[in-house]
Amino acid sequence: MKNRSLYLKLLSAAIVFGAWEIAGRIPVSYAFPTFIDSMLALFRMIFDGSMFVAYGETLRPLVVGVAISAITGIGLGLWIGLSSRFDWLFSPIFIVMQAAPLAALIPILVMVYGIGLTSKVFVVCIMAMPVIVLNTASAVRNTPGSLKEMARSFQARDSDVLLKIILPAASPVIFSGLRLGVSAGFIGAILSELKITPTGVGDIITYSRSIADYPSMYAAIFSIILLAVIFLNLLEKLENVLFEGNNRGYVSD
Amino acid sequence: MTVWGYRLPALSSLILWALLWEVVGRLEFTFFIPPFSEVLVTLVALLPTKAFLGALWTTAYAFWAGVFFAIVIGIPVGILMGKSRILDELLLPWVNIFLSAPLTALVPVLMVLFGFGTKTVIITTALFAIWIIILNARAGVRQINRSLVEMARSFGASPLDAFFKVYFWAALPEILGGVRIGVIRAVKGVIIGQLLISIVGFGALFELYSSKFLMAEFWAVLIVLFGLAFVLSEFLAYLERKVSYYAASR
Amino acid sequence: MSQIKPDARSTVSATDIAVSVRNVSKVYGDVQALKDLSLDFPRGELTSLLGPSGCGKTTLLKIIAGLLPATSGQIEVNGKTVTGPGPDRSFVFQDFALLPWASVIRNVAFGLELRGVAKSEREAIAEKYIREVGLAGFEKKYPHQLSGGMRQRVGLARALSVDAQVLLLDEPFSAVDEQTRRKFQEDLLQLVQNEKKTFIFVTHSIEEAVYVSDQIAILLPRPSRVSEIIRPSSFRDKGVDNIRRDPEYLDIVDRIWASLRSYVE
Repeated sequence: MKNRSLYLKLLSAAIVFGAWEIAGRIPVSYAFPTFIDSMLALFRMIFDGSMFVAYGETLRPLVVGVAISAITGIGLGLWIGLSSRFDWLFSPIFIVMQAAPLAALIPILVMVYGIGLTSKVFVVCIMAMPVIVLNTASAVRNTPGSLKEMARSFQARDSDVLLKIILPAASPVIFSGLRLGVSAGFIGAILSELKITPTGVGDIITYSRSIADYPSMYAAIFSIILLAVIFLNLLEKLENVLFEGNNRGYVSD
Repeated sequence: MTVWGYRLPALSSLILWALLWEVVGRLEFTFFIPPFSEVLVTLVALLPTKAFLGALWTTAYAFWAGVFFAIVIGIPVGILMGKSRILDELLLPWVNIFLSAPLTALVPVLMVLFGFGTKTVIITTALFAIWIIILNARAGVRQINRSLVEMARSFGASPLDAFFKVYFWAALPEILGGVRIGVIRAVKGVIIGQLLISIVGFGALFELYSSKFLMAEFWAVLIVLFGLAFVLSEFLAYLERKVSYYAASR
Repeated sequence: MSQIKPDARSTVSATDIAVSVRNVSKVYGDVQALKDLSLDFPRGELTSLLGPSGCGKTTLLKIIAGLLPATSGQIEVNGKTVTGPGPDRSFVFQDFALLPWASVIRNVAFGLELRGVAKSEREAIAEKYIREVGLAGFEKKYPHQLSGGMRQRVGLARALSVDAQVLLLDEPFSAVDEQTRRKFQEDLLQLVQNEKKTFIFVTHSIEEAVYVSDQIAILLPRPSRVSEIIRPSSFRDKGVDNIRRDPEYLDIVDRIWASLRSYVE
């Protein structure tokens, strides 16, 4: 019954896009273009190259920010997970950050770092970092005790325990933390383009809105959501392939 | 961590960080970081002002309205998805898409459709919260023990009775888990919505403070916001632990 | 009839003792887990630690392994005092403790890998023990592709491959099904005969302890102490198929149950 699921997905997409088309034709609002118009605008922007230029601009703070968050976040997370002292010192900050609406920091970041790339990278970092740190720390803390004991019973050095037991055991959770970090980073990147200065895709959205070119505006939003979803799904697929069976193999199953 | 045999309470390190903040502020290291004590004094003075209370009220209203719609729509949709295979297959791809999509990008659309006001903020908040609530309610219903469903049927429960007396309660721990994460997302949603609209609630307050470089006021509002968000999320985690006692023994 | 001696030291001469536990106590917070416990383990034999749950038998085993420190008292292995894990002992874990991301051969060779043995050498040794535990052909498989019983064979091969003189087995068969378990017990008897190693075996199954042991130490809880030591004498040479209907076997099982039943909730 593999086909059934595929047909239903197609049917589901047809219903939603059909509803969008009909709502645009009525129209429900002067600012609600039809699905077909939006897609035409999307293809126009893809073929005249403006979409690629925009994404080059948008993805830069995202890539830089996620890279910085990944390196510092995993480092900090390992440290927190391994040392109860650093756990006490740093965990509360990231726990609060995780719950807090960090977007509220944007005005301050803009005041301090101006409206350039630095501010945008910072926004991506504060959005992406907490989940990476907390996931890494809890993955390290939750390394199965019997594996560490096993290594100790063979007189493993501390560095061996870290490199051969803790890191491989923690890597699936660290990876899923990275995926969630990328997801939060997307939010940060778009937020900074809409809030700080309109560049890249944010510029297309803001500019088309100001000249009432709604199909282009919808097309830009559609494309960024599509891109984020596809990329995150690929990461999830990769995660499943990389760590297949990594969480199994214990007594419980 | 333990020091001299005493277990230091969780979060007590925040006091240390506050002290560090105070020192950095006192050193006049940067204009953007006033001493923590100054921020606290400003905070106390700020709390009773009309501007602050007004922003708090607007935000709280939009937040709870958004959460309300997310819960009232999300839980039944999730339960229905858990019970009906066809509905599940039709809706699940979309729920998953919106769960991981950067919803911030939708705010400009909401702004042109619903205006630059509270209505848009409410919808943004609901959009941030609803998907995880749906997904968890669905997961909760799907893990219900088959024998519990058969028990309800064998005692002749009507579909409505089965729904309210069995399915809802059996799925409650997962549903509450979803509501907790949804509420945390809603906090972020309400602030993002206000920031982008910039003329309502705290969004307007932030615009005002940053244009006049009122740093102490800015930090004071941030502390209140972060503190409220943290207390809310801890409270919900506490509630969730209270019902999890039967999650294990279902 | 079996000889029943309250003190194992009188049955074997001191030179034959591989592991000796002297006046060991262990306190967790305000719970006394082990109190002044002394016990000797004869070389080349299998000794079971048997007792109701919570009697501290796993605690004792981990203290011998050097994984837990004793609060007081000392352990000697071949006359040397234990201060931590050492190459003279290896441990078989109740939950197998296999690396889920590593193949069978890497898992078996892992103890040698930690000791810095070169890859080709350690894999040759690992292959030998994989064959010995009956897993030939599964070298490239991963733990999640194996059954519970096969996983514990991997754990056993890993413990054997480092060639320690003392093997510590912590309820190794408790997570495998009954039939696999019986096969394991027969194989274990074979192993004790072939390997000339000292086995210390923790179990909560009376039948299992009597079936596989040269010496059974009964531990009673709260706080843990050795209540008696039983050395079955007559059925060990009669072949694996006959043990379970041997009168001495049945007698000992009954005796142990009689002394343990009052400790079962």
